[in-house]
Amino acid sequence: MKSTNPVQPSGGPAPAPAARLGNFVRRPEMASFIGLVAVLVFFSFFGGTSFLSPSGAASWLNVAAELGIIALPVGVLMIAGYLDISIGAVIPASSMTIAIISGHFHAPILVGIVAALALGLVVGFINGMLVVRTAVPSLIVTLATLFAVAGLTLGLSVILTGSTSVAIDGGPIAKLLLGQFVDKAFEVIIFWWIAIVLVAGFVLHFSRYGNWIFALGGDKESARNAGIPTDRLTIVLFLFSGTCASFVGLSQALLYNSAQVSAGQSFIFNSIISVVIGGVLLTGGYGSVVGIVLGTLTFSIVNQGIYYTGFNANWASLIIGVLLFAAVLMNNTFRTMALAYAPRAKGGAKP
Amino acid sequence: MTTPLLRLAGINKSFGPIDVLHDISLEVQPGEVLCLLGDNGAGKSTLIKILSGVYAPTSGRIEMEGKPVAFDSPRSASAHGIATVHQFGGTFPLMSIGRSFFVGAEPTRRWGPLRIYDRKRANEIAVTAVREFGITRIDDGDRLVGGLSGGERQALAIARAVHFGARVLILDEPTAALGVKEAAHVLRIVLQARRRGLAVIFITHNVTHARTVGDHFAVLIRGAKAADFRKGEKSREEITDLMAGGEAMAELDAEIESYMVTHEGHPPPVG
Ligand SMILES: Nc1ncnc2c1ncn2[C@@H]1O[C@H](COP(=O)(O)OP(=O)(O)OP(=O)(O)O)[C@@H](O)[C@H]1O
Ligand SMILES: [Mg+2]
Repeated sequence: MKSTNPVQPSGGPAPAPAARLGNFVRRPEMASFIGLVAVLVFFSFFGGTSFLSPSGAASWLNVAAELGIIALPVGVLMIAGYLDISIGAVIPASSMTIAIISGHFHAPILVGIVAALALGLVVGFINGMLVVRTAVPSLIVTLATLFAVAGLTLGLSVILTGSTSVAIDGGPIAKLLLGQFVDKAFEVIIFWWIAIVLVAGFVLHFSRYGNWIFALGGDKESARNAGIPTDRLTIVLFLFSGTCASFVGLSQALLYNSAQVSAGQSFIFNSIISVVIGGVLLTGGYGSVVGIVLGTLTFSIVNQGIYYTGFNANWASLIIGVLLFAAVLMNNTFRTMALAYAPRAKGGAKP
Repeated sequence: MTTPLLRLAGINKSFGPIDVLHDISLEVQPGEVLCLLGDNGAGKSTLIKILSGVYAPTSGRIEMEGKPVAFDSPRSASAHGIATVHQFGGTFPLMSIGRSFFVGAEPTRRWGPLRIYDRKRANEIAVTAVREFGITRIDDGDRLVGGLSGGERQALAIARAVHFGARVLILDEPTAALGVKEAAHVLRIVLQARRRGLAVIFITHNVTHARTVGDHFAVLIRGAKAADFRKGEKSREEITDLMAGGEAMAELDAEIESYMVTHEGHPPPVG
């Protein structure tokens, strides 16, 4: 037996450029990277580069940040083998919560913020418990809580305020942190998105808990047999998505100084589309945070870039549909390549 | 006679009104391969699920080194050193070799104030462990498990069990889906595990494979132990007859023989 380290390509000082490219091609975010480049080229061609100027970039970065804070936990849950669509009701519910508590009833803003976040935690906990305790698929569980929370929000808002839309003034500090434009155009939530991406990226790809999440999505039984606390992990992930949804809801209320009962349903499909474009496998066990971020950016650029072209904005949906399908096809191809990848022994390396 | 590593005494299992196992008693010594043979539906998988903590027996005793034990979960069985490898081995096809090897027991290292998954070390250990079982084609722990062949996956799962200190290795039809070469490789790995002093329980339909590695054989028929014998005590034909329920198998035997002749690629009978 030779004494050389058998694990050569990964830890070595500097892999050859070709090897590095090869590794990149086999990563889950490869297709979303191609998609992003394609979309950038497309809109630069048809709309000029003004959507890349600061004000243009702000238009899609703001959309991406709000969507991204939802898509991230939705994507991590999907990697773990679950869906959460209740976010579509938690977003307006937490907007209404903070607006009713701190706007309508004039309680301190901090009370409203805490209550809105607590609402997200409670819904997430209920989702997690129901998924763990019953054999009902997470899609159905969160579909049920989606309707239940939406109904409660509407009913309670009308009872408490007599209206489906409530004004709120967050005050300077809350607005500075959660609901302000930086440099007149960029929403402060962009920085929150970056922070959450960094934390989630660390947990999923660098901490051992990330391995648990992939194992859970790969095969729940085997993960449990390997000693992973799958029930607790599932509940934590639903708590994460509930909290993120309520965070977006409350920051929207602070940004626009008002909250509406029905302002979140579009996040359901948009987040799932972003995540799937980003290379997460719908059935779980495969994906990456970088991919989710790229998918979110791609979606947002199409969504906003259309206004910089001469096209009718309705065409954006067509582009997203085509893009989604193309991305999934590419994801399947790259996943197959990743599976088939077997480095040949040194002698047989291709030129 | 030494105390067996694992002993089953009078195990019964019923699912509601359906009796699946009747009064099964078995023992395995360290460094010994026990082959569990039986036709479809004989109760082999049910028996190993009892051993791996998936089901509790309706009645009967399980002892390890003479001490009674009860497994209330797969975790508690593996804490006692019982590792079960299911038919397709590693069940995380989209995880890397290193990551799936260490699922639930990931090595970590310090990174500033944080602890991070030590990918390099995990890959090194996993690759070394499979290579020790003769799978020298695997040299990159970043490869996905789903890209390995069936035999390589079995080897990975067995190497993993051994690495984490298994004393009893249960293999449920590890060669069933494999071609001749791959199956031979898995059999060689089974013998290596035996040489390391593990007690191996090997479940198979294939009498040839059983006779190649087995020291000790038990045949289940409709949930009851029909025979229990040691290597060399019974001929190939007798075992086949037993597995089929003891009925006269002459004509079927002839059929099988002619099938073997017309279908190349079937394992030749071992001498
Ligand atoms: N959970 C269950 N509930 C009711 N009956 C069961 C259950 N599990 C197994 N059985 C029955 O027990 C019998 C033995 O099944 P088992 O899977 O143990 O057989 P086996 O020997 O592993 O067969 P094979 O060779 O086909 O894998 C079968 O008749 C099966 O229908
Ligand atoms: Mg079986």
